Amino acid sequence: MSNVGECMMELSGDERRVDSRTIYVGHQSGPTNEAFIPPKFCDNRIVSSKYTVWNFLPKNLFEQFRRIANFYFLIIFLVQVIVDTPTSPVTSGLPLFFVITVTAIKQGYEDWLRHKADNEVNKYPVTVLEDGRRIRKESEKIKVGDVVEVEEDETFPCDLILLQSTRDDGTCFVTTASLDGESNHKTHYTVPDIETDLEALSATIECEQPQPDLYKFVGRMQIHKNNQDPTVRSLGPENLLLKGATLKNTQKIHGVAVYTGMETKMALNYQGKSQKRSAVEKSINAFLLVYLCILVSKALVCTTLKYVWQSKPGQDEPWYNEKTQREKDTNQYLKMFTDFLSFMVLFNFIIPVSMYVTVEMQKFLGSFFIAWDKDFYDPEIKEGALVNTSDLNEELGQVEYVFTDKTGTLTQNNMEFIECCIDGIQYSPRDRSIEMDVTDGPVSKLQQRAGREMEELFLRALCLCHTVQVKESTGQDQDQVDGHVDQVDGLGVDEVLDESQEQIGFIASSPDEVALVKGAMRYGFRFLGLESKTMKILNRNNDVEMYDLLHVLNFDPVRRRMSVIVRSGSGDTLLFCKGADSSIFPRVKKEEVERIRMHVERNATEGYRTLCVAYKYLCEDEYAQVDAELREARLALQDRDEKLMAVYNQVETGMSLIGATAVEDRLQEEAAETMEALQGAGIKVWVLTGDKMETAKSTCYACRLFQRSTELLELTVRTLEDGGRRREERLHELLIEYHKKAVQDAPPVKAGVRRSWASTNQDYGFIIDGASLSMVFNSSSDSSSSNYKNLFLQICQNCTAVLCCRMAPLQKAQIVKMVKNSKGSPITLSIGDGANDVSMILEAHVGIGIKGKEGRQAVRNSDYAIPKLKHLKKLLLAHGHLYYVRIAHLVQYFFYKNLCFILPQFLYQFFCGYSQQPLYDAAYLTMYNICFTSMPILAYSLLEQHISIDALLDKATLYREIGKNAMLRWGPFLYWTLLGIFHGVVFFFGVRLLFSNPALQDNGQVFGNWSYGTIVFTVLVFTVTLKLALDTRHWTWINHFVIWGSLAFYVFFSFFWGGIIWPFMSQQRLYFVFANMLSSVSAWLVIILLILLSLLPEILFVVFHKPRSHHARQVISQCLLPAACSAVMPTAFACLGECSTSEHPNLCA
Amino acid sequence: MMATSYSAKDEDGHITVSGPGAGTLRSKKPENTAFKQQRLPAWQPILTAGTVLPAFFIIGLIFIPIGIGLYVTSNNIKEFEIDYTGVDMSSPCFNCSQNYSWNSTRPCTCTIPFYLETPYESNVFMYYGLSNFYQNHRRYVKSRDDSQLNGDVGSLQKPSKECEPYAYHENRPVAPCGAIANSMFNDTLELFYNNPNGTKLQIPLTSTGIAWWTDKHVKFRNPGNDPNLTAAFQGTTKPVNWRRPVYELDSDPENNGFINEDFIVWMRTAALPTFRKLYRIIQKKNSMVPTLPRGNYTLEVVYNYPVRRFEGRKRVILSTISWMGGKNPFLGIAYMTVGSVCFLLGVVLLIIHHKYGNRNNSADISN
Repeated sequence: MSNVGECMMELSGDERRVDSRTIYVGHQSGPTNEAFIPPKFCDNRIVSSKYTVWNFLPKNLFEQFRRIANFYFLIIFLVQVIVDTPTSPVTSGLPLFFVITVTAIKQGYEDWLRHKADNEVNKYPVTVLEDGRRIRKESEKIKVGDVVEVEEDETFPCDLILLQSTRDDGTCFVTTASLDGESNHKTHYTVPDIETDLEALSATIECEQPQPDLYKFVGRMQIHKNNQDPTVRSLGPENLLLKGATLKNTQKIHGVAVYTGMETKMALNYQGKSQKRSAVEKSINAFLLVYLCILVSKALVCTTLKYVWQSKPGQDEPWYNEKTQREKDTNQYLKMFTDFLSFMVLFNFIIPVSMYVTVEMQKFLGSFFIAWDKDFYDPEIKEGALVNTSDLNEELGQVEYVFTDKTGTLTQNNMEFIECCIDGIQYSPRDRSIEMDVTDGPVSKLQQRAGREMEELFLRALCLCHTVQVKESTGQDQDQVDGHVDQVDGLGVDEVLDESQEQIGFIASSPDEVALVKGAMRYGFRFLGLESKTMKILNRNNDVEMYDLLHVLNFDPVRRRMSVIVRSGSGDTLLFCKGADSSIFPRVKKEEVERIRMHVERNATEGYRTLCVAYKYLCEDEYAQVDAELREARLALQDRDEKLMAVYNQVETGMSLIGATAVEDRLQEEAAETMEALQGAGIKVWVLTGDKMETAKSTCYACRLFQRSTELLELTVRTLEDGGRRREERLHELLIEYHKKAVQDAPPVKAGVRRSWASTNQDYGFIIDGASLSMVFNSSSDSSSSNYKNLFLQICQNCTAVLCCRMAPLQKAQIVKMVKNSKGSPITLSIGDGANDVSMILEAHVGIGIKGKEGRQAVRNSDYAIPKLKHLKKLLLAHGHLYYVRIAHLVQYFFYKNLCFILPQFLYQFFCGYSQQPLYDAAYLTMYNICFTSMPILAYSLLEQHISIDALLDKATLYREIGKNAMLRWGPFLYWTLLGIFHGVVFFFGVRLLFSNPALQDNGQVFGNWSYGTIVFTVLVFTVTLKLALDTRHWTWINHFVIWGSLAFYVFFSFFWGGIIWPFMSQQRLYFVFANMLSSVSAWLVIILLILLSLLPEILFVVFHKPRSHHARQVISQCLLPAACSAVMPTAFACLGECSTSEHPNLCA
Repeated sequence: MMATSYSAKDEDGHITVSGPGAGTLRSKKPENTAFKQQRLPAWQPILTAGTVLPAFFIIGLIFIPIGIGLYVTSNNIKEFEIDYTGVDMSSPCFNCSQNYSWNSTRPCTCTIPFYLETPYESNVFMYYGLSNFYQNHRRYVKSRDDSQLNGDVGSLQKPSKECEPYAYHENRPVAPCGAIANSMFNDTLELFYNNPNGTKLQIPLTSTGIAWWTDKHVKFRNPGNDPNLTAAFQGTTKPVNWRRPVYELDSDPENNGFINEDFIVWMRTAALPTFRKLYRIIQKKNSMVPTLPRGNYTLEVVYNYPVRRFEGRKRVILSTISWMGGKNPFLGIAYMTVGSVCFLLGVVLLIIHHKYGNRNNSADISN
């Protein structure tokens, strides 16, 4: 950290002085006269750890005591040390020490992990050119000005200016997938006119100071050549290779480091993970406040009463109990104050120190169950789930909104050609024979086949109409691929296409295009590549066909189609066009449409991405005209886009439809089931994607977020431009209209998560794209903006699913933030796999990373990482649910047990002249929370399964029962508090009545005040433990061991503590008190009686409550058998009575 | 635009993945143990009316008899209480209570006659009771030195600070020190049976066996091994309010000094401001004759202990003892009440369960 600080300081200092930095490439000073002063830049070390060995202790202690609770306990401890208080400092010092130590160990361990991660990055070996030699170095040792060598598929260790590439044309390809999520290849250029011999290169680079914008870079390079005037080249972002990006498709590059370590653009974008606090923690703090109020008011009441009581003559200082001289001399007000503090100390146990440590331990240990779960283990990547934060376990049980990325999360980002339809006849390539198969589609009953000519035309169209590049294999790959090619050659190219061969080679901005080209390959048409405007195709007869690529009419989302104009070897000029059905159909001959429409619609229903393919011949004249128009439009300086569009639209008319394709973006395994389960659990799923609307929409259909019956409300650039009016007006109009539809006309939805999704009403799905969203957010006038935002939010909240497409990463975060801050502040969860999802992962309450193919960004920034989307179901429905129930119970129980622990002590003040006399011995005060009652609740909070995991997974609706922090709201809190008060009162007054005659032994001997306290304490420990036993629904041997073990330990300890004269103790208060207590039958009887009496209401409560839910559960399980369902439902629900009608269908679902 | 959020350590995702350490570390497949998969075999009790019903009945059936037993036992215990504070003018101890001073050398004696209507058959326990005496006051409770009482010579000469302001008197350590010891109850109570034939018969009172055995034999010990207590307590002074030094509490060496049982009993601080402490035991001598036959008695009090200053009361209690201790109807009543409540609840639950059961059955039938 210090390092970072230094860098930052240096950075800011630099900025004040100069706004550019000078870098000597390879540390060679130019032949200039000025003295070479190597500028000081920070090294390439990445530091994310917080502590070092040296500053750990003071810094960690400081951090810990900044926590309000710890500070409070420290104060109590100090008060005990300074003021004459009823309990020794040990009673609160020991637990505090325990808490601090455990937390320090945990944080130390976490920081150690961070150190390890840092080291992994910092020690990664890189190659640096020094004096013409290649030297292996650790990544952290790279200095600004070093010439670094990077090989294919390596990531750049720092920000580099590209000097040299192995590619002939001085370019290199990189993918910034781990930076911004774009997985396509980007081309970067070397600085022109660089000598091939880097050793001899003498150059200086002047560039701006580090700044976080990834897409901006300004600099210039001065190249010195043998005393000539230096040549100056300007540098832009196209010359800059960013740390974190990966070199692709290029064997090797050399670059000079310009920004290193914490100054790289990526590091500057680093935003410390803000501390996420769970809702449970907020509840704890609220409860804590209540208890603090109780504590203070108790102390106040006692102090006041003490002085009232003392004002009566003879009470304050009777002859038998005189004060010391010092006490007499103390100022009255000071005495009052110290009395108040003493009471605070006496009652401070009501705020449980140990709760924090137990909660921390529960979270820490509990999170192991996620990492251990073998259901999360993915054999493909050989990894299980990863827990980055243990603070949010319970939040997983509270999720109301899930924001999911599409590509790589919902889908595998792995397009596959499914089938095609040529001239109304369906073909499916599942069978890999040479001949195309005609499957038994609904149309092709007669096994008819389209004409061979049509087939080939269609396939040629697929092969030509795209912008795919063929990947040039390099290095090691080369041999491998060559081997394969040879082999394939031997077998005949068009026969069997090896899987691995299919995988080589195509680069495209859209995976669909690759899928189509590969699809064509299966039918024997192979795209060989584009060489200087000539496309080569290997046709079925193994002949190479050549086409001149004349024009590419690029894809755009408004036209939703693309075309190419090619000239075949025979001299024909052809236009091939492919695009969405809606954009193709109006442009082809009407009679052709019907045959194909059916297929397209069927395919779309199945969730495939469909494209229609059409063509037309262009005669020489036509082409000449088109050519001229296109060229003109391209050169236009004004309204170029509009002009181009007009030409495109004009050209793409009068085509004939050849066929349609269906490509599947494979959904992740069980994506639809997972989504269904989440919706069943009352969670709203929003898809946020950077992808095109059509694609995203079809994915939504495929994973059943949108149903056939769902009415889609679209707010996209397309709909906004429909009306032909200004976009703002249209936006306003649409928002109002949708709002009317979805919000006002919809029946009032019950507050809370229970959404009437099973009602017969129309389901709405909302679609918005990035451009429209920014209009909603940044509308011109402020008032309408917030108004739009509200409308938008309300519409979205009433829709079953929301799809936001064409989102920039920041917009994703914006949406999450908007929902997060909306009314009722719902708990949000973001799930994604790429770096573009990082912003929303960090923004949401819970961020989940998918261990996908696109780097580790998402995983590292997430709170939890899982290998597959399908794991989300168990993570939320089972783990989340259980964690929430566990911790909620833990929290409530802790407050309860401390309330009934301290209440008797408070009541005792009324009987001891408000003298702060503790009821319990110091050992009991200290041990109560640490030893006697801590383990059972910890075991409970780790192991409890009030409903079995299978049942939780089966019935997603169970998730709703705990929604909205159900177990930690004021209602349950009040219940627990009243229970605590009831127990405390029963304990105290039960024993009080017994002690109206303290002669409790059969030899007539009497009990004193310590016996009184011990009896109360015994009842307390047993009641509190048995209360937990009553709540435990899942008794493993550990629970048995811990619960009965705790009680046994209490008894054992009491005997032990009272059985010895402790030499270091000044008072032997408990000497044989416990044993004597047990020798009294009355004590036994009163203990049994009070325990039973205390638990009686609890048992009653459970009995009166349980039959219903238990019964309901039975009914549900019966309903899982569909046949039984219809028969049981009416009667079952009649008897349940309270079940809302809206639940019926989904119970059966 | 997307530049807000990257974690520094996370940049080189690929590097980390390819790092051998990380790879092997994470590729470990989770172990398929019952514990780690949260599938430990477990007993899953569900409390329902059906399971709880018998428990309620059983509790009821057990508690009610116990309660009755306790109640009867408590009622059979005979207890007689005399308040001899002397608040009223008519009270025999009025005079003593009025002109009281610690320094008076002549003890004030008062005689209280009383009549026992029923004979006390078994051993009779004689208690003294004090009211509004805060033996449980914090300043009071801690004002003692247990190591001194345990015979520690060092503490004898140098009492603990806790004993202040009763630690030193005239620069000499107080033995036993502290407020508790200083305020030891020092009334002398004697009991006489007024024979119908006119003679006054003193009833022998046993002053041992009134303190906890462990207190007497372990917790309290005289300092040093010297059987001569006077020498053992050399250099200390008696508590201010005491008339005699601690080594003159009793003539019996086994009941003298710190191990004097009256003293030990007093040192066990009471739980509540109104308390009783065991004073003497009247042993039953003869199985044929009741310990205290019906008749007239006289209580002779050497009135030393002032309670009027703090509105306190003094009383003497004569009580027999049962297996459950002294007379206290609370337990019996409580047990009977809880037992009956349980029983009643059982009945209520039975009715409810019956109704539920029917509905449940109908659902099952339709299934």
